[in-house]
Amino acid sequence: MTTSLRKWDSDPVLTVEHLTMRFGGLVAVNDLSFSVGRGDITALIGPNGAGKTTVFNCITGFYKPTTGMMSMRPRDGSVHLLERLPDFIVARKAKVARTFQNIRLFSGMTLLENLLVAQHNPLMIASGMTILGVLGIGGYKAKEREAIERARYWLDKIGLSGRADDPAGDLPYGAQRRLEIARAMCTGPDLLCLDEPAAGLNPRESAELNSLLLSIREQDGTSILLIEHDMSVVMGISDHVVVLEYGTKIADGTPTETRNDPRVIAAYLGVDDEEVEEIEHELDEVTGSEGGRA
Amino acid sequence: MSSVVKSKDRAGIDFGRALKDGVIIGIIAFALLGPLVGLKTDQNMANELILQNRLGLAAILSVIVGVGRFLLSAFVYPWIAARGNRSKAAVTLAELEARARVTRGLSITGLIFLFVYPILIISLFGVQGSIKWVDNYGVQILIYVMLGWGLNIVIGLAGLLDLGYVAFYAVGAYSYALLAINFHLSFWVLLPVAGILAAFWGIILGFPVLRLRGDYLAIVTLAFGEIIRLVLINWKDFSGGSAGISSIPKVTMFGIYSFDVSAPNNFAKAFHLAASSAYYKVFLYYLILLLALLTAFITIRLRRLPIGRAWEALREDEVACRSLGINTTNTKLTAFAIGAMFGGFAGSFFAARQGFVSPESFIFMESAVIVAIVVLGGMGSMIGVALAAVAMIGGTELLRELDFLKLVFGKDFNPDQYRMLLFGLAMVIIMVWKPRGFVSARQPTAFLFKRKTVSGDLVKEGHG
Amino acid sequence: MSATDTKPLLTVRGVKTYYGNIIALKGVDIDVHQGEIVTLIGANGAGKSTLMMTICGNPRAREGSIVYDGEDITRLPTHEIARLRIAQSPEGRRIFPRMTVLENLQMGASIDGMEFFDTDIQYMFDLFPRLKERLHQRGGTLSGGEQQMLAIARALMARPKLLMLDEPSLGLAPLIVKQIFDAIRELNRRDGLTVFLVEQNAFHALKLAHRGYVMVNGVITMSGSGRELLENPEVRAAYLEGGAH
Repeated sequence: MTTSLRKWDSDPVLTVEHLTMRFGGLVAVNDLSFSVGRGDITALIGPNGAGKTTVFNCITGFYKPTTGMMSMRPRDGSVHLLERLPDFIVARKAKVARTFQNIRLFSGMTLLENLLVAQHNPLMIASGMTILGVLGIGGYKAKEREAIERARYWLDKIGLSGRADDPAGDLPYGAQRRLEIARAMCTGPDLLCLDEPAAGLNPRESAELNSLLLSIREQDGTSILLIEHDMSVVMGISDHVVVLEYGTKIADGTPTETRNDPRVIAAYLGVDDEEVEEIEHELDEVTGSEGGRA
Repeated sequence: MSSVVKSKDRAGIDFGRALKDGVIIGIIAFALLGPLVGLKTDQNMANELILQNRLGLAAILSVIVGVGRFLLSAFVYPWIAARGNRSKAAVTLAELEARARVTRGLSITGLIFLFVYPILIISLFGVQGSIKWVDNYGVQILIYVMLGWGLNIVIGLAGLLDLGYVAFYAVGAYSYALLAINFHLSFWVLLPVAGILAAFWGIILGFPVLRLRGDYLAIVTLAFGEIIRLVLINWKDFSGGSAGISSIPKVTMFGIYSFDVSAPNNFAKAFHLAASSAYYKVFLYYLILLLALLTAFITIRLRRLPIGRAWEALREDEVACRSLGINTTNTKLTAFAIGAMFGGFAGSFFAARQGFVSPESFIFMESAVIVAIVVLGGMGSMIGVALAAVAMIGGTELLRELDFLKLVFGKDFNPDQYRMLLFGLAMVIIMVWKPRGFVSARQPTAFLFKRKTVSGDLVKEGHG
Repeated sequence: MSATDTKPLLTVRGVKTYYGNIIALKGVDIDVHQGEIVTLIGANGAGKSTLMMTICGNPRAREGSIVYDGEDITRLPTHEIARLRIAQSPEGRRIFPRMTVLENLQMGASIDGMEFFDTDIQYMFDLFPRLKERLHQRGGTLSGGEQQMLAIARALMARPKLLMLDEPSLGLAPLIVKQIFDAIRELNRRDGLTVFLVEQNAFHALKLAHRGYVMVNGVITMSGSGRELLENPEVRAAYLEGGAH
């Protein structure tokens, strides 16, 4: 393995060093260090309760870590120490956006409004901190049109532009997950943190998610850090996998390296996927080559 | 399809049957009430048992029962049946749209009506007779409309339950009273000053309070409302204590005409009209109407600006707001401050209109009434809040007028005393009938193709 | 196991459910027989969870009937339905966040009268060792996956006759998913527990189930044995195959 492939060592967008998070006597994250490569899709996996969401909450400023340092380097060349910033500054200045395990959309607002709220900070400046906006002077109207265009771009990308004016709460589950990703992307982040984006999606929707995430990386140049249990997503698209157990890192490497790591198999994956493969194979024989590729 | 069903239902109202029902029930009621109520035994001066004839009363009660039954049969039962059918057929988006159109139509007609209202009243009751209708109804209701719209920003849009709103009303009123008396400044200078002072107090109170959520926020804001009132009572040198402040200057017509009887530029004198306070009342009416419309205009503007969207997003999900880089503390503070500012405007108007302020006017009951107006109107809806203010304030004023009830219940009956009881009953009924308030649907602030009304079921109420 | 040689435990006939204005179930027929594992698969928003919630009486079916063990439960209040030994692990977990894990499990067992509490809780610890470690932690402090385990364990503590699980695999690590599905199979085999399973993870669910139903837009479009559905090309195309191949 050459080092040039390991972007997370050569050009990290986020570096987490010696992160520890204690809740009372409980150690949720214990001396964790890892890096997220610029332009990489990095997966954070591990058994339930390993502390993955806690790591996310520390990175995005929702928790203040007990100890540790997290440095974020957005494209503009600045460096931000995330453990010192309040949550909304992490999103605004350090350019880290996130989604939530149990979807948090503004359900009574339309899809378009959801995406406009995500562009709050630039629009707020355009409206002259509201004062010019109320008086109807300044270039707010033009800026709002731009924001709407940006929202339309993302609605097209997630295939929901036809429902732009429907309330977000009316969408089916899978579409809500995609909208939440689009909303996070409307803040213009350099690092997108996704907490179980494929949970509750069927295989087809998971595949759509994969291509959405790949296109976010290619076209928007946003690095992605995701927590996921769906191995088709993790192994299918990630460049780098970090495995946690009991708040400690047990493996860190490429997908192939980690999936063959005996410690990961024992703690997380269980028996190798051979059983699944065996049945898939059996079924392919039954249905033949014409079956189901439609 | 649904229109067909409806017209059938309407044809189904059988007035003949309803009338028959009413008459029969009336007769039965009289048969029962005649002996029970119509005949009363009593003792006379000579200690003899005598029979008092009250058949008239029994007849009146029977007629009420009969008419009630007629109304039930003719309107209420068919309406309930139709309602059942309709909810089965499911309310479509088109119906939501139609309702939104009705609301819009209502607001335009309402607006025109509000502007011609004093003229209409004067032509109906004459100059002197108009005072009651313009002042007790018009001005009084509009003050609460304005307060409701101001608090609507805090509760309806930002979802912060503020039970101490009357504190800012008091700040506005005392600001005007004290500054006008001590520094002889005009209303037109002091109106913005009162608003700014109230907003300033909103921020000062908001800073510590807005860290709290839900019930805790409600309790602490309630306490702040009371603290302001108690300070006003106890700091006698400053505020005159519970005696209050009197002879507060009236509003002038931009300094050109005065409404003081003694002033040389008195409005009535200048136009050679008979002296009457009615002109001042009409002037006040238009003043509060414009202030209320200013509130509405700014609120509508704000809703379409990023700050307004952030308020509504805050009501929907605060955590998500923070993840999108929105400073929720500042956003809450602006909602608090802007809401307080409108409260301050209304307060200074109130002081100028009454000519007298005392802590009595700013008790918790006032806050409760304003919150009730916002909740009843449907949180976030301007037209709903206005309707609720008309119903609540106009309704209680109307109850003072129900003197004819004395004929039924005897001379000692004072309808005014049952005001609160009826008021509570009406609130319960409306909340059962429309749990999300008069107008629960939400209008989106931006659209790509078509503005679609959002059903109230999806809109959250906020959590503090 | 064939479907017809046992007596139907749950019969759903022509059920229509609305959410306010929107029709969610457009006349659903389903049978669950004693001792069967039946799964319901379908896309997001098809109405799978709505059917499960309708069986529990919240929301109520506006038309149609739901018969459980010979008793019409269509109009029964939810708490009385639960007393008939229908246990549910609902969508979104819905654990009691301010109660400890132990208290949550006691709440689940309270319908049963706590007689078998010690044996049952031991079994839950075998199934989910994580819950034992977290026994005195408050439910709300558990991670998402641990809450899912707790919700399933709480449902099982009621010793149900009919166990209804809404997406038990949601948010769980692959190893745990496998353990849960093994446990369901084991409970069914050992105690004859009847299971009604709503799953997005169609492959595992159909493999586990005796019979399955496919729901599209509030209507049942297909039914058959788990094996039949697994092999059905339409089902494979719609629910089993992603882009991973």
